[in-house]
Amino acid sequence: MLAQTDPFIRWDWIADHLDDMWQRTIEHSILTFLAIGIGLVLAIGLSMLALRYRRTYAPVTWVAGVLYTIPSIALFAFLVPFTGLSLVTAEIGLVSYTLLILIRNIVAGIDGVPASVVESALAMGYTRRRLFWKVQVPLALPVILAGVRIAAVTIVGLVTVTTFVGQGGYGAIILQGLRRLFATEIIVGTVLAILFAAILDMLLLLLQRRLAPWLRARERPT
Amino acid sequence: MIRLDNVSKTFPGGASPAVGDLSLDVDRGEFVTLVGPSGCGKTTTLKMINRIIEPTSGEIWVDGVAATETPAPRLRRSIGYVIQQIGLFPHRTIAQNIATVPELLGWDQAATRNRVDELVELVGLDPGMLDRYPSELSGGQQQRVGVARALAADPPVLLMDEPFGAVDPIVRSRLQDEFLSLQAELRKTVVFVTHDIDEAIRMGDRIAILNIGGVLEQFDTPDAILTNPANEFVADFLGEDRGIKRLSLIRLDSLELPRGPVVDVSDGPEVARSVMREHDLTWVTVLDGRRLAGWVWESDLEGVALVGDVEPRQFRVTVNCRASLREALDAIVNTRNNVGVIVDTDGYVGMLTLDLLTEELAS
Repeated sequence: MLAQTDPFIRWDWIADHLDDMWQRTIEHSILTFLAIGIGLVLAIGLSMLALRYRRTYAPVTWVAGVLYTIPSIALFAFLVPFTGLSLVTAEIGLVSYTLLILIRNIVAGIDGVPASVVESALAMGYTRRRLFWKVQVPLALPVILAGVRIAAVTIVGLVTVTTFVGQGGYGAIILQGLRRLFATEIIVGTVLAILFAAILDMLLLLLQRRLAPWLRARERPT
Repeated sequence: MIRLDNVSKTFPGGASPAVGDLSLDVDRGEFVTLVGPSGCGKTTTLKMINRIIEPTSGEIWVDGVAATETPAPRLRRSIGYVIQQIGLFPHRTIAQNIATVPELLGWDQAATRNRVDELVELVGLDPGMLDRYPSELSGGQQQRVGVARALAADPPVLLMDEPFGAVDPIVRSRLQDEFLSLQAELRKTVVFVTHDIDEAIRMGDRIAILNIGGVLEQFDTPDAILTNPANEFVADFLGEDRGIKRLSLIRLDSLELPRGPVVDVSDGPEVARSVMREHDLTWVTVLDGRRLAGWVWESDLEGVALVGDVEPRQFRVTVNCRASLREALDAIVNTRNNVGVIVDTDGYVGMLTLDLLTEELAS
């Protein structure tokens, strides 16, 4: 039980620990962005494979789906004997959770490019590579970024769990609060994680708008 | 310019060939329409020319070179392509869309920019649209951009797959006219697929009529096909009204039109009466110099000094001399006088009677 003498939130503690919270924010960011970055690179590669050889799509998403369903605590517990209480353990876990969402959205985004646009591009003399990077990827960006947003919000939450494999971030604040039965720390860690996710989501939404100006042109008065 | 030598295409899993052993020759600067029912392989044939579809057997020659000799992307940059769904790049502005092939060919920016401006003018687009995205344009405007994009690098060959099929009939007819006058200037080698025989007749220098499985039933000028259909299939495909369809091939200004019963506003009523007697009519057309003023009944002229003193009645329909005989026939049916009044931009040209029409039909 929480100590009865403490008020629910001790504002003086918050005022005294701003530096600490900033430090945790940096740790949380690094863990998050590293996971999304590595996840994107892997997902793009796997998606290109799935798009090139359609038969690989089902097995690729099946594996990614299985990874997605494993409880994070269990996955970390399983990894520790191999990779220890390390950043590698944390990132293996985090990246695993991004793959399904990212691959699905990349493939759906590319598939969503109208066939007539692809045919025109080829008929104009686009090579396959140019078609992919200059037509299919840009047109799929809104759908891909929608996936990145979901993955990012998921990862921000999961990063708090990596404190169990020795990582920092907001999870460390929460865990310390739990150990000391100190409500302020639990609440501060949780609220910061939520804020972080919300801000990141909003920034990605802005990026999505910025990268797809043609989608808003339709609403422009003529 | 384009030659198909015993070309055939069987799709994987297809029981019978989509196109079987087709040979076809398209001359430089010629406009050939491929027409036929669904499943006749007209689109497949078109797409084999720029290797969107690779033939199963046979050889296709473009400008004396086997199509398979050139890497597909390079071949395609020298062949314009316009499709019904248009396929503009939604994420690129109109200017960028038009500049697609020049960009692929590595033109410098100034040359590309000049070319885009030129094309916008050529296809009748508002230059203010250049910085817009395709979704902001109407279907007709989008297809103009489609045509401009296809013409951008001035390719000698143009492939068009039902390019005007998705727009409403009024816009379609305007786009057809505009494209024909463009073609009169550019003299591209055009292969144009349509399922609409009227469009094929209107657009093509020659028409290739295809039957199911890519069988070439007849390949000739519209006039020759309409006059002498090679077989039952062609006759059926042309329809019962092929005599009338032929009329749409003949332009009024290609005929020697009779002046008809005309008087000037400055003539007296006795001149008008003698013209009527001469033509065995009880009315006469009134001109004011070259301008068409209208027409009057004999009875309107009682007690006037000059024809011009009477307010002339207006013809219900006048036909421009650039229109076809078919349009003129339509107009005649709509007048009470059984004649069509033909005008050009300066005024009265002559009069088309049903007799003259029948004569033309018989020739």
